[in-house]
Amino acid sequence: MTATHPEPLLAINNLEVSFRTEEGTVTPVRGVTLSVNAGETLALVGESGSGKSVTSLAVMGLLPRPAGRISGGSILFRRRAGGAIDLAQASASEVRRLRGAEIAMIFQEPMTSLNPVLTVGEQIAESVRLHRGLGQGDAMRRAREMLDLVEIPDAGRRVHDYPHQMSGGMRQRVMIALAMACDPALLIADEPTTALDVTIQAQILALIERLRREMGMGVLFITHNLGVVAEVADRVAVMYAGEVVESAPVRPLFHAPRHPYTRALLDCLPARAARGADGRRVVRSIPGTVSRVAEGCGFAPRCEFVRDSCRVGAIPLESEPDRVVRCLRWREIA
Amino acid sequence: MWLTLGRRIGGLIIVMLLVATMVFFLTRLAPGDPAALMLGDQATPEDVARLRAVYGLDKPLLVQFGLWLKEVASGNLGQSIFLQRPVTQALAERAEPTFFLTLFSVSIAALIGIPAGVASAVWRGRAVDQIVSGLAMLAANVPSFWLGLILIQLFAVRLGWFPVAGYGDPGAPLADRLGHLILPASVLGLVNSALITRFTRASMLDVLNEDYVRTARSKGVSEARVVLRHAFGNALIPIITVVGLTAALLVGGAIVTETVFGLPGVGNLVVSAVLRRDYPVIQGALIVVAAVYVLINLAIDVIYTLVDPRVRT
Repeated sequence: MTATHPEPLLAINNLEVSFRTEEGTVTPVRGVTLSVNAGETLALVGESGSGKSVTSLAVMGLLPRPAGRISGGSILFRRRAGGAIDLAQASASEVRRLRGAEIAMIFQEPMTSLNPVLTVGEQIAESVRLHRGLGQGDAMRRAREMLDLVEIPDAGRRVHDYPHQMSGGMRQRVMIALAMACDPALLIADEPTTALDVTIQAQILALIERLRREMGMGVLFITHNLGVVAEVADRVAVMYAGEVVESAPVRPLFHAPRHPYTRALLDCLPARAARGADGRRVVRSIPGTVSRVAEGCGFAPRCEFVRDSCRVGAIPLESEPDRVVRCLRWREIA
Repeated sequence: MWLTLGRRIGGLIIVMLLVATMVFFLTRLAPGDPAALMLGDQATPEDVARLRAVYGLDKPLLVQFGLWLKEVASGNLGQSIFLQRPVTQALAERAEPTFFLTLFSVSIAALIGIPAGVASAVWRGRAVDQIVSGLAMLAANVPSFWLGLILIQLFAVRLGWFPVAGYGDPGAPLADRLGHLILPASVLGLVNSALITRFTRASMLDVLNEDYVRTARSKGVSEARVVLRHAFGNALIPIITVVGLTAALLVGGAIVTETVFGLPGVGNLVVSAVLRRDYPVIQGALIVVAAVYVLINLAIDVIYTLVDPRVRT
């Protein structure tokens, strides 16, 4: 919440990502505009296939090659050394030097995200040796410190453990330690708690929150869980069918959603479900695959407020203070 | 880990007992009386009976089996009928060319197959992959005797770089004898590299899709290091198996290749023993080859524990 710097840490503008497939080119991400300030958590929410993870992989320069590529827009990242770099245009090796050093990522699957034949200490140490030029001894000391930081008991011994000797929650702590080892300015967390027990989930969320506060980094938190959003986010960007359809600070968004999709999504929360006759509202399912949506508003086929004008042309993002909405009718239906 | 190893060794002893049983009784099932065969057509029934008594062939089969097992367990494989010396000695004489031929062939196969498979996986679908896959297909299907003859013709006859055949004089320096193995080892190495290439490629493709490879990339690790340290370290496990099994199969005798190159190896010994019904040699050779096979499998298991920490605990 303490956005002291005038410019955002990460500013994605109109990002488009395309994949070559056997059935032609698809663009799972085609209008993503969002920004993350230093020290704040932006939650990127949306259902499976909405393009959240593809967006994060594009920022990391980890789109599966050679099929995937950034085909439009910009990803401006403010470097520690000063000045911004456009990750959409930068060379692979430039992006690689930032990865792990200034932008780090944690993934959804703690059970499979660590290398089974290397000790957790070696895996953390590799990152600091690479980016900080530390020797083996110093790097392992740093790895122990990091395990302490993520509250793994008996870090001095655990640093020599292999991943299979740890539980899922422990492994996710190791992943966080690995991501934080070089003090990144931006942390991308792609559904970091989805695979964990509810009690462990809460601990991991608290840990990420604590580290964000202590280290002042920006967090791009990807999730489909609105309960988690309410807990961790300062601001929220809602994605649907490859586009950001609404973005606002967390309270206004929850209290007064503007976009019909955001409304529908919030109506699915159990706490709010009292309004319908059957107790819960269901968002009507998608006819066909998302990638087929060619023109107009991506949500039109499922929207209860849809008009003919929603089905033609590109729908612009409309801004008002503190909020953007991609809907032609949001003012009428508010 | 030691417990697992102990259990494995216990299992191996049982396997060897089964092998010995099968070798003994299968040999007995073959028609013909070794004593009569040894003495030839002119022998009287009395002579045959005397010789049967000498070799203990007049005793009940189970008693014979027990006595033979006892001898085998104490390292005595009996006396060859035609070679006029103990089977162990005959095998020992043939062990050297077979041992080095196996070692060189497997090394060549691994040195070709593993890098080719890794490259093929990393550049999947690209020109490198297609060339490697094509060559592997060719190597897998070319008959080894034909390839052997071609190499002899080219490198031994025409260019004179290597000896044409044989294993040299037993008194010659080791290096000279080993020089005779370069061509046959190249043949076996090339032919066996195909399988290793394909296994390596498949294993690497699996591993390159793993989440931890993505994690390594997310740390900013260079692509070469991602492939060699993070992916290859994990892909190695099935590769070790296929390399080990290749070695085990070659120990049993690369009969065709040994014949083409006139190498006095174990395969050659077994073939001539079979043709001459030299039962003690057949039995002894089978037991020893089976023992080596089993030991190589044990070695594979031990190497697993070095490579994969999940097996260690």
